[in-house]
Amino acid sequence: MKFGILVNEGPYQHQASDTAFNFTKAALDKGHEIIRVFFYHDGVNNGTRLTTPPQDDRNLVNQWSELAKEHELDLVVCVAAAQRRGIVDEDEAKRHGKSADNIAEGFHISGLGQLIEMGIKADRVMAFGD
Amino acid sequence: MLHTVNKSPFEKNSLDTCLRLAKSGSEILLLEDGVYAAVKGTAVEQKMRQALSDYTVYALGPDLKARGIEEDRLIDGIEVVGYDGFVDLAANSDRIQSWL
Repeated sequence: MKFGILVNEGPYQHQASDTAFNFTKAALDKGHEIIRVFFYHDGVNNGTRLTTPPQDDRNLVNQWSELAKEHELDLVVCVAAAQRRGIVDEDEAKRHGKSADNIAEGFHISGLGQLIEMGIKADRVMAFGD
Repeated sequence: MLHTVNKSPFEKNSLDTCLRLAKSGSEILLLEDGVYAAVKGTAVEQKMRQALSDYTVYALGPDLKARGIEEDRLIDGIEVVGYDGFVDLAANSDRIQSWL
């Protein structure tokens, strides 16, 4: 079955990003397809590689990156939500005259069209948030 | 149809909204702080017992464990599932509504 995952919350608010991650992993383990993970609102904070939690704390950004690598996941960060929160890739950094980019490995920045497309193509869309 | 509730009933009204709007025969999964609604002896126990006559109610095991809630403290009739069970519930329901 094709699942689309919508993450509306960052890793340091409540528990929704963890739940989304664990659900995604469990779905993949069961042989389901994850057609996209869309990060919206504060969910874009899952996609900054500058996150540096203490070593004995879970690093959700890295966990997403690793899962994406392993399963070729499409991790999409909403561009407008990302810009507001200072999440930029190389192109966005250049376009807005920023000194650096911070998008984490496996994530890419795109628009709401990708959320709509996910809704059309997926059999189920799971919303995780606050 | 699967409904998920991830907020404590003592903090937000997500559970009330869910119970008001979910059609009889639906599945309800309590997760994150939502699992507090599954515990016996709280102010919402009666409401949950009532809900069990209309819905199948599940609680997410790892979230119970994270909060130190042993399964013997749950209201009878509430089923405990893991993330794999959560995936099955989602796959077997034609729609999923997350009450946030």
